[in-house]
Amino acid sequence: MKISFDLNGTPTSLEIEARETLAEVLRSRCRLTGVKLSCESQVCGTCTVLIDDLPVSACTYLAYEARDKRVTTIEGLAGGVGRLHPLQQAFLDNFAFQCGFCTPGMILAAKSLLDQNPRPSDEEIIAYMSGNLCRCTGYLGILKAIRQAATELQGIGKGNRRNRE
Amino acid sequence: MSDAANHGETNFAVVNHSVPRSDGIAKVTGSATYASDITLERMAWAKLLRSPFAHAKIRRIDVSEAKSQPGVIDVLTGDDLGPLHPYYGHAVKDHPLLAIGKVRYVGEPVAAVIAVDELNAQEAAEKIKVDYEELTPVLGVDDALAPGAVLVHGMDYIGGAFRGFDDFPGGKENLCQAVHVEWGDVDAAFASAAHIAEGEYYFPMIYAYAMEPYVAVADYDPKGQLTVYSSAQHPFMVRHDLAEVFDLPLNSVRVVVPYVGGGYGSKSYTKIEPLTAACSWKVSRPVKLQLSVEEAFLTTRSDDARVRIRTAVDREGRLVAKQAIVHLDTGAYAENSPMVCRKAANRIVGPYRFPNVRIDCLAIYTNTVPASSYRGLGAAQITFPVESQMDELAHKIGLDPQQFRLRNLAHSGESIHPGLRPIDADVPGDIRLAAQTLQKNGPVAPKHGRSVCCSCSDAGAHPVTLAMVQVYADGSASVLSGSTEIGQGSHTVLAQIAAEEMGVPLEKVRLVGSDTAVTLFERSTGASRTTTLMGRAVMEACREAIAQCKVMAGDLLSVPASKLKEERGGIRHGKDWLSWPEIIERYFQMEGCSIIGRAYLRRAGPFKSVPVFWEIGVTGVEITLDEETGKISLDTLVTVGDVGLAIHPAMTESQDIGAATMGVGIGLFEELIYEGQQLMNGTMLEYRVPRFSDMARKIELKLVENRDGVGPYGAKGGGEGSVNPIGACLANALYQAAGVRIRRLPLTPERVWKALQEQKTRPATAAAESSLARKEKPAKPRAAKIQVKAAPAPAARANGARAKKTGPHKRRVSKPKRKS
Repeated sequence: MKISFDLNGTPTSLEIEARETLAEVLRSRCRLTGVKLSCESQVCGTCTVLIDDLPVSACTYLAYEARDKRVTTIEGLAGGVGRLHPLQQAFLDNFAFQCGFCTPGMILAAKSLLDQNPRPSDEEIIAYMSGNLCRCTGYLGILKAIRQAATELQGIGKGNRRNRE
Repeated sequence: MSDAANHGETNFAVVNHSVPRSDGIAKVTGSATYASDITLERMAWAKLLRSPFAHAKIRRIDVSEAKSQPGVIDVLTGDDLGPLHPYYGHAVKDHPLLAIGKVRYVGEPVAAVIAVDELNAQEAAEKIKVDYEELTPVLGVDDALAPGAVLVHGMDYIGGAFRGFDDFPGGKENLCQAVHVEWGDVDAAFASAAHIAEGEYYFPMIYAYAMEPYVAVADYDPKGQLTVYSSAQHPFMVRHDLAEVFDLPLNSVRVVVPYVGGGYGSKSYTKIEPLTAACSWKVSRPVKLQLSVEEAFLTTRSDDARVRIRTAVDREGRLVAKQAIVHLDTGAYAENSPMVCRKAANRIVGPYRFPNVRIDCLAIYTNTVPASSYRGLGAAQITFPVESQMDELAHKIGLDPQQFRLRNLAHSGESIHPGLRPIDADVPGDIRLAAQTLQKNGPVAPKHGRSVCCSCSDAGAHPVTLAMVQVYADGSASVLSGSTEIGQGSHTVLAQIAAEEMGVPLEKVRLVGSDTAVTLFERSTGASRTTTLMGRAVMEACREAIAQCKVMAGDLLSVPASKLKEERGGIRHGKDWLSWPEIIERYFQMEGCSIIGRAYLRRAGPFKSVPVFWEIGVTGVEITLDEETGKISLDTLVTVGDVGLAIHPAMTESQDIGAATMGVGIGLFEELIYEGQQLMNGTMLEYRVPRFSDMARKIELKLVENRDGVGPYGAKGGGEGSVNPIGACLANALYQAAGVRIRRLPLTPERVWKALQEQKTRPATAAAESSLARKEKPAKPRAAKIQVKAAPAPAARANGARAKKTGPHKRRVSKPKRKS
């Protein structure tokens, strides 16, 4: 079947098979290998992409469901080569990754969090992000990165956040 | 090479700073390439058919229907492997790349379908018909060691690339490896001891869950050149196995390892590379084999450990003797378990002074998923019993556990193992630092508990590390290193060292590797060795390049090189100052030139004494216990990284918290559960790892930098230590919170709750006293093997015959049978 959708700001039309997942289509047909696959059962969050700005596990989301929707992958987050979204910069600044395999999904989940809740408390960050697993960092750097990005995106103070350290 | 890696500088330009990661931009933008992202022209895909039985003969495999499926190119089975040397293994060559005649665990690969795409391969694999003859499976170490036990192997095997495993029993028994460590007179020491603690502990089978599952892309070209892209941690060890399987010279096997999506030991040594290469060999085109996480569960796990241990003290509370017998369930193939066995036997002594020690550590074959390295390499398994027992013994003799440890810890420069390198760390200082950090929380509240524990590992593995640094006339430099960038930050740290040494900007240093066709040999990326060994090699290689530049400068300036004054980045002679790149360009009178500095580290000079360094793990926790549910919450986590010098402080801390978080997973909920021959929780839906919400409410990451290591600038490795003590920390803190002693991980709410209920039915005095005391009786000294075989049957183990109705976490609660 043929589907059309907006991929990282570019109108895209693809011939796909009904059984193909979005992750398969993005990785193998669109060569967007920033979409990573791990548990393939909606547990780890590694394959997270944004569909109309909401996070979705691309491992189990059938590609045809993306028809006429906006799909954002890590490659499209900053809106151009050589640019970094404040979340990407914050992940760099806070060493919020080691192996980096969970990082694209982690950043996109965090993007969705900050879209919905621009001034999250630590507890809100932790609750929202608990669907994304990281085996390297113990999460602390990621928490700090999301705090930093929230502050920068807001351009305002620390809000009602409660510090955990 | 001089022994002095430590120049004595205190003001570093690049090292000891948390510079941006060299892989950072690639990893946050999704452009970082992992082996799973690699595709080659004409590449086919392989999918595996796996055994449904733990132990069975393969009578016949019928692949005809599978071969006729759409898109299928060919099918590979054990019958095709005749022209190869299909058994591999760096310790013992016992592992066929596909089952040959027999399967030895549920999930063992039996056939590989090679097709034009993954889905076709998967569907065709289901059409393969295998005629099995079931055999009695060997489940559990007691079954395996029982007289007349069915044999998992029963074949002769030869040793692999490692030396020192020549005494392998040869598969003629189920004992894969036995290690005996002994000094002093243990029997006399126990006979005259003032107090003895004795107990049995169990550390479960663990799955490392590297988020990138195993993957390999192999291209065996018609000219006999084999190229493999892999998620392997140790490319040179994989190259060795591939060269032997295919009988190829080393220069015809190229193993390329791009970024690796986590390993934690589970990607050590050879996994699916020989099988993928055999698929490519069969069909004469590139083949990719991408395992799922469910398949990764069936590829490698950690050894579990049943540890019987006793410790004796004199009247002053000084440790006088330790004896332990460790049974490791190694699963169907040896993999790295012989080394886990050896390391566990060394590491069980801990950082303590013991005049008398007798350790027997046994790795035992069973018909379960093969066990191999897991972060800490045997240390996590044995630190849980060791540090639990230290607390039990302290309570028994009425000493504060921390005071008891401090009384017995070896100080820097003291020897803990006869013949090995003296301790190169300040363990007492580390323990005090962790304890003081916890004390900032104030007095311990009711239902709270605290504990600080430690581990001590002979780290660094065998010191053979070669490196090259290419210095270009334009002021840039490349480090050619066989160390894998697995997330630990080696590419950043090694670049920092090169920038520090050469005086070039960090941005101008590029890391090349790992690629066995380009980089020199590095034995492995593990055992926390990279900063220490590869870091030192890069430093030495830079200094060799500098020495060459000085000779060139002497030639240019017509003065002896010894008269030239070295200043960071170049030399001064009178009023002339020449940078290294300028010297290179002027010497060759040619743009674009470069020179190579190189270093070959081996077991000599500063690395003559082993281990390369002692990796110390010191962690502290404070927990809150919910007595109603048995749930343990982590209030505070403290890590102390005694790393000599943190080349990159932020990444060093990140290693410590990462390792400690894995320890929390093992301590509180991780465990692979076998029911009979079947692994019951081999998916991420059922196997619980730490999530964001499991973070400690308060986290304190401490670094100790005494510059006492043999690595560059006095650095030592880190990254494994903090996983080891967490299990014992949690068990000891639970004891403080509620007076119950649990000698089995993980401390699940169910297990803790049951222990609390049981405690309520016991007399009050029993609660505060460890159940160990009730068990205490002078153990009869016995020879290791006899003792092993005669050991009383322990509580049924995880993969023993367990009735289905028993819940997964039910049996292993330490349940002392009280007569009173």
